[in-house]
Amino acid sequence: MSVVIETRGVGKDYGEFRALHDVSLTFSEGEVVAIVGPNGAGKTTLVNVLTGLLKPTRGDVLFRGHSIGGIGPVRLAQMGMARAFQLVQVFPQLTVFDAIAAAVVSQQRRSLDFWRATRSIAAVRERVAEVAAIFGLESRLDWLASYLSQGEKKLLDIATAFALDPTVILLDEPTSGISSSDKRGMMDTLMEAARKAGIKTLLLVEHDMDLVAEYSTRIVAMTEGKVLADLPPGAFFADPHLAATIVGKPLGQLRA
Amino acid sequence: MTRRQFAIPCTLLLLVVAPYVLPPFYVTLMLPALAYGIILLGFNLLFGYTGLLSFGHALFVGLGAYTVAVMSSRLGFKSLELSMLAAIVASIVVSIPVGLLCVRYVKIFFGMLTLAFGMLFHSFLFKFYNLTGGDSGIQVARPSLLGMGFPDLDKTAFLIGPFYFYCLALLLLLGYLMWRIVHSPFGTHLRAIRDNPRKAEYVGVRVHAFRLLAFVISAIYGAIGGTLLAIPVGLADPELAYWTHSGILVFMTVLGGFGNFFGPVLGAFVYIALQDQLMSLTQYWRFALGVILILIIILFPTGLMGLLERRRNRKAPVVDRGDA
Repeated sequence: MSVVIETRGVGKDYGEFRALHDVSLTFSEGEVVAIVGPNGAGKTTLVNVLTGLLKPTRGDVLFRGHSIGGIGPVRLAQMGMARAFQLVQVFPQLTVFDAIAAAVVSQQRRSLDFWRATRSIAAVRERVAEVAAIFGLESRLDWLASYLSQGEKKLLDIATAFALDPTVILLDEPTSGISSSDKRGMMDTLMEAARKAGIKTLLLVEHDMDLVAEYSTRIVAMTEGKVLADLPPGAFFADPHLAATIVGKPLGQLRA
Repeated sequence: MTRRQFAIPCTLLLLVVAPYVLPPFYVTLMLPALAYGIILLGFNLLFGYTGLLSFGHALFVGLGAYTVAVMSSRLGFKSLELSMLAAIVASIVVSIPVGLLCVRYVKIFFGMLTLAFGMLFHSFLFKFYNLTGGDSGIQVARPSLLGMGFPDLDKTAFLIGPFYFYCLALLLLLGYLMWRIVHSPFGTHLRAIRDNPRKAEYVGVRVHAFRLLAFVISAIYGAIGGTLLAIPVGLADPELAYWTHSGILVFMTVLGGFGNFFGPVLGAFVYIALQDQLMSLTQYWRFALGVILILIIILFPTGLMGLLERRRNRKAPVVDRGDA
């Protein structure tokens, strides 16, 4: 398995506060990595460093061998890494077609085409239809995003990230704001979409440990800016002390 | 859609026959409406499509007007195409540095910054008397159109004849260009920026660069419209670049509806007609215009075009009035 992302001794300070401390991780093709940890553990900072939004104070982040510290979201999208946020981000006044097309246009490097209508470019239309079908949005193409249900907005948000045809996708709490009965459905859709889209590596920030246990191939547990554990789910959940630290209470009380 | 396919040729026909059937006075009233139509097509690329409300857009209108004035009466170039080319160059030269500064900001900060640049340009026109003629401005000599001077036509005949059709042709040409732009992949990205700049970045949209491009394109449209606006009056004066003139551009756009491609152009025609009627009725016409603006924002936030569209399409686009 070839390495896709690598962090080498990454540290990030906010003034006196050390948000990340000597984080060295590698993420390879074929992995579904769950990043877990209590609030304030540095998960979001790690994600922001991994996606080139923040420049690490120390160390370096490599994406396919290239340093991406602080390169910003646009270059990152071009390089093949996509990200969706915890809070749903859609384009309220754009139709589902246009929202997905915006990503497709970037991916196909057509954004400086001033002449042809987006809707009349066959390659764009086909790709939008393909992505919409994966996420079950094909009947919503002409709807404004603001008319969609909350779950559909979440799907659209993630669909636009997938439409960039990335090799890595980073999802910050993909199931937040979704009722617990629908979380599995969402995760199934995501896994299926990733498989169909040929996405090599999936990084998830997730609080729901049941989902983490079920869907991830590897768990990176963070606490106080450090990597506490980096284990496959089996080994992770076999250690009751570890799970208790991450979830904040003993595992036995989890379902209480 | 069929209704739009019907409405466009009908409107065109009306615009073409207007100078033959309307009294000359009303035809001369349509000249600024055509020029404003061009200005607002550009203005709305920035406002309606990119989400940046400029309160200083009259800067570029003034720039266009002064360029044609300098070209025609100071430098002796009669060709309107040449003056327009100079206005385009001037607008690009000015809009790039101004835009570079302004597009880093959004909403009220963008508005205030553009307003400040507009006021700066106005005071330059007003104070640098030797260069700009101060408050008396610079005369605009009658230009030649496509190399033709029409020496046998008097001023009115020139304006309501060849010049009218020249303006109309330009409005159609620039309108067609703008139509292509807003429906292109570039236009899709502008609307993505308007709706959610943060998300736009993550789908690979170069937000600042594209805002700047939209700013420059809208400046070019403003300058071209400015040259046309100055010719019937025969004068480029500082009022054209004054901030209240920027306010009128916003008024026209909101009146016609910024959510629709044709809205601002309709707004230009209706505003000109309204102003003319109100001025002949009462000296308090500004008061009446103010009341109308208030009523539109409260009752019809999608403008006149939104009103027309809603009757056809019940699923009218939602407009963010900022009250939700």
